[in-house]
Amino acid sequence: MAASLPGRTAVFVDGCRLPFQRAGTGYADLRAYDMGRMVLRSLLTRTDLAADRLDRVVMGSVVQDVNTSNVAREAALAAGIPNTVPAFTVTMACISSNQAVTSGVDLLRTGQADIMVAGGTETLSDPPVRLQRPVRKRLFQARKAKNASDYLELLDGISPGDLIPESPDIAEFSTGEVMGESADRLAAMFGISREAQDEYALRSHERAATARDDGRLDEELTAATPPPDFAPITDDNVIRADTSMEKLRALPPAFVKPFGTITAGSSSALTDGASATLLMAEEVAEAEGFAPRAALRHYTYVAQDPETELLLGPAYAIPEVLDTAGLTLEDIDVIELHEAFAGQVLAVLEALRSDTFATEHLNRDAAVGEVDRDRLNTRGGSLSLGHPFGATGARLVMSAVNRLHDEDGRWALVSACAAGGQGHAMLIERRAE
Amino acid sequence: MPVQLDVSTNLLSLAVDDSGVATLELDDPTASVNKISGETLNAFTEALDILDAQADLTGLVFTSGKPASFIVGADLEMLQNFEIPADARKLSGEAHDLGRRVRSLDVPTVAALHGPVMGGGLEMALNCDYRIASTANATKMALPEVQLGLLPGGGGTQLLPRLVGLQQALTLMLTGKNVYPEKARRMGLVDALIHPPGLTAAARRAAQQLARGELSPDREDGSWGDRLLESNPVSRRVIYQQAGKRTEQRTRGNYPAPPRIIDAVRTGLEQGLEQGLETEQRHFGDLVFTPESQALVSLFFAKRSAEKNPMPDAARSVDTVGVLGAGLMGSGIAQVTTENGPSVVLKDQSLDLAAQGKKSVWEAFEAQRAKGIINAFTRDQRTERVVPTADYAPLRACDLVIEAVPEELSIKHDVLSDVEDVVGPNTVLASNTSALPITQIAEGVDDPSRVLGMHYFSPVPDIPLLEIVMTEQTSDTALATAYAAGLAQGKTVIVVRDGPGFYTTRILALYMNEALLLFDAGAEVEAVDEAMKDAGFPMGPFELFDLVGLDVAAKITDIMGDALADARVTISDSAARLAETDLLGQKTNVGFYRYDADDAADDKDPEGVNEGVYHFTDAPTRSTPPAEAIQDRLLLMMVNEAVRCLEDGVLRAPIDGDLGAVFGLGFPPFRGGPFRHVDREGPGTIVDALERLEARHGDRFRPAERLRTQAAQEAFFYD
Repeated sequence: MAASLPGRTAVFVDGCRLPFQRAGTGYADLRAYDMGRMVLRSLLTRTDLAADRLDRVVMGSVVQDVNTSNVAREAALAAGIPNTVPAFTVTMACISSNQAVTSGVDLLRTGQADIMVAGGTETLSDPPVRLQRPVRKRLFQARKAKNASDYLELLDGISPGDLIPESPDIAEFSTGEVMGESADRLAAMFGISREAQDEYALRSHERAATARDDGRLDEELTAATPPPDFAPITDDNVIRADTSMEKLRALPPAFVKPFGTITAGSSSALTDGASATLLMAEEVAEAEGFAPRAALRHYTYVAQDPETELLLGPAYAIPEVLDTAGLTLEDIDVIELHEAFAGQVLAVLEALRSDTFATEHLNRDAAVGEVDRDRLNTRGGSLSLGHPFGATGARLVMSAVNRLHDEDGRWALVSACAAGGQGHAMLIERRAE
Repeated sequence: MPVQLDVSTNLLSLAVDDSGVATLELDDPTASVNKISGETLNAFTEALDILDAQADLTGLVFTSGKPASFIVGADLEMLQNFEIPADARKLSGEAHDLGRRVRSLDVPTVAALHGPVMGGGLEMALNCDYRIASTANATKMALPEVQLGLLPGGGGTQLLPRLVGLQQALTLMLTGKNVYPEKARRMGLVDALIHPPGLTAAARRAAQQLARGELSPDREDGSWGDRLLESNPVSRRVIYQQAGKRTEQRTRGNYPAPPRIIDAVRTGLEQGLEQGLETEQRHFGDLVFTPESQALVSLFFAKRSAEKNPMPDAARSVDTVGVLGAGLMGSGIAQVTTENGPSVVLKDQSLDLAAQGKKSVWEAFEAQRAKGIINAFTRDQRTERVVPTADYAPLRACDLVIEAVPEELSIKHDVLSDVEDVVGPNTVLASNTSALPITQIAEGVDDPSRVLGMHYFSPVPDIPLLEIVMTEQTSDTALATAYAAGLAQGKTVIVVRDGPGFYTTRILALYMNEALLLFDAGAEVEAVDEAMKDAGFPMGPFELFDLVGLDVAAKITDIMGDALADARVTISDSAARLAETDLLGQKTNVGFYRYDADDAADDKDPEGVNEGVYHFTDAPTRSTPPAEAIQDRLLLMMVNEAVRCLEDGVLRAPIDGDLGAVFGLGFPPFRGGPFRHVDREGPGTIVDALERLEARHGDRFRPAERLRTQAAQEAFFYD
């Protein structure tokens, strides 16, 4: 039997997300704040929770809009959550809303909160574009300028090239390497073939399309009606039901040219979206008449060298939570693993089944174990459903809980990698309906 | 430490601080707000007397002891109690004297303004050397006297143009509209803004700085062109003429105040302040005693009395309102609901339709944002309170559900019964039908005591009336809850009893029917509309037909047909015949008038009369009766039926009838409403006129019994 975390039990009551949309499509005109308020409002509506019962709101977000740097607060206020409910934003790259959920777990466990919302929101349609440093520096100085000659002086030394705005760099800050390059390297390290990656990507899309078509995603989806045209968006649009091995094989390498193995088809796409979960202390949920759907159990965060193991976090985090809980992969019925790249997922699975990796990196005698593909991402994953950075973690959690009920399991495992060489894993235990 | 000075009045207090700045704080202990009355003017005078004797005085600050307002205007009850114009002139003269004294004080004067600063309150502030307003949302300034058929009698017509310029001053006084702090600062109406908690200290600092010569008001605003235009008598004359013309177009000569306002302003600017004040005082006295002003003042009181829920304790709180049907009415109801706090579950047959309703709400708030009335966040927050859905389930949390689905009894029954399945036992169920009897609608639900009518008028955000319709079974709780919800939506609420067309639709239907009968007999569409606009209606009956849709009008006639088509009423079927050929009005771009198909406005401007419409009349020639005859027929038809509604018990009191007609149907406000109109004209005169019409046009003009009785007894609806 698994040991429990000290303190009260944090339970998952409900969760929902806006349909994920490829960046520049359905939510092209929205800010992360807009999606945040929409998803919070939807969660309140579907749960009938009186907003003043909330003790805290926490949301993950990665690409920040300086106007709403605490996007959780602005979204909560606009969603009609009383101004007396504190809200904070966490950022941890692709595991930001995992951090939101586990921050919630800790607040609930320690009795600092009874009821809270944890989620995330992200737009990649509108990255903040800045003027270059020489211009910014002069603009700052311009506040003190008083007359025309002061302003003219400020123009001194500016070259025309300085006037071109700079887009945010997508490379890892510490290594200068783009994430796709790291994933390509990781796949090579574990001997993952291009063919295997394409097959994995295809399967992700097929599973997502099937889940969408047979209604298994309905429970977690809430329709969005974004301004200014308010045409309802009810489905994810990243899923490519029509993709095939032929199409995937035909794609050129996206990051390491010309001989790399990762293509656009086996990478997660830039996505906009938001997600939210309603979490409570179990005793509070029961007293208030809410039916907990799952208990949020052990979790961990790990961190490695961002150069060599940027996306290998799950291979470290998964054994750690399993060991702490006294479980093995065999005990796990549902696995939700973030799919940044097909090659990254397969590398993680390879690491978990590798005795060598176990002895060299995990200080174990033998491999962690084989992941049963039939328990892994059965409704597709970030490759096919989309990956709004700050919203993915809460999506993994609600998907795991819903699958526990649909697939009649007891234990679920959520795990994800993140830029910075960090990783996360959490165990979730089903609660009876 | 400030030293309190002894004053004999309890209306204000006076304190002088170390720097010699006195603060005069007006705080009427018997009322929640301060008003201008003879007593307050006397109190001010006493305060000035005391200050005159005060050595070392360096400045004077005027402020209010009320937490939410400065001075909200003149005491209207006092105005109503004046017996002769000289009484009103005396008050005006006292205000002028006080103003002269304030303006001639040899220390600087500063007004500290927070909350509503209205009418005589703003005039008081205009006498000061300097004005500071708080930035609170509640802070607003206006000279709204024109809306009561009056002019600013405390020097406003003289001081305002001198402060903010002729054109801005005329606009403010002729419309009575509110000026909010930022705008007031830009136009020079106030000199500085500050957050509410810092207001009085800032006013004292300003007085000190003015006294030391360290501060002078910065009033360089107003465009260069405006100043040029206003700087010489020739171009000023053009401004007066244009203002007069615009006012005449808008009021059609029905309102006596606007020309008097222009006259007082002109006299003051062209002949000097004292002449202007004398003219203002004279006009003020006259206007107080015009029937137009008296009708408007009575409406003001009626409206205020309707703002109190008669059974506040029976009302349940309404946090979430369900609205069925996301069309023009449904989205309008959603908008006024969410604008004032509660959430809305907006249901239609598909999510697409419901979301389009939410879009309308967003567009309304977006328009407010574009005008600077609200910011983007408030727009988002209000819009987000509207949850669009195609399902009944989300209605489960609603405290009140209002259906705005098509006017078919079976549809109403279906949706209300579906709603009843998901909501709790206390949820009030309301129908926004304009004509279907609520008693019949209530037959579709298990518990008819929770059912009532909530009849809104299109466009909902613009028409202030809510007509609540109670059946014999409607519970007090349902009634009180609906009343409270209507007040929360900012509506003027009347409660009437159930009956065909209730009150408003019934009197409007007969009025519109009478217009059709005129049309059938050969009257010209435009002439009838012009006549009724001249009589004070905001639009003519045929314009109204086109706006609501001929199909809708025909449907109402159909629904009310049985009830109205007794021996006394001839029902015209012209609306139905036009509707059959798709001449529906604005929605098909042709009805009685033609409209531009590309005009996207909710209320389009006609391009001209649709000549083809005359093919629908049997009249051999076109002949339009004189305007007065048209006005008599239509107006008296409506008035007579209103009295019948009182006889039938549909109306519980004349005040509801007046409010309903004016605020729901656009009955000319200067007439005060149908009942006030009878009182003003005299019941005998009305009965005579009706009898003449009866002799000429038949039974439908037979005077209501109640009218005959009142004529015989020389009794009035109001004391």
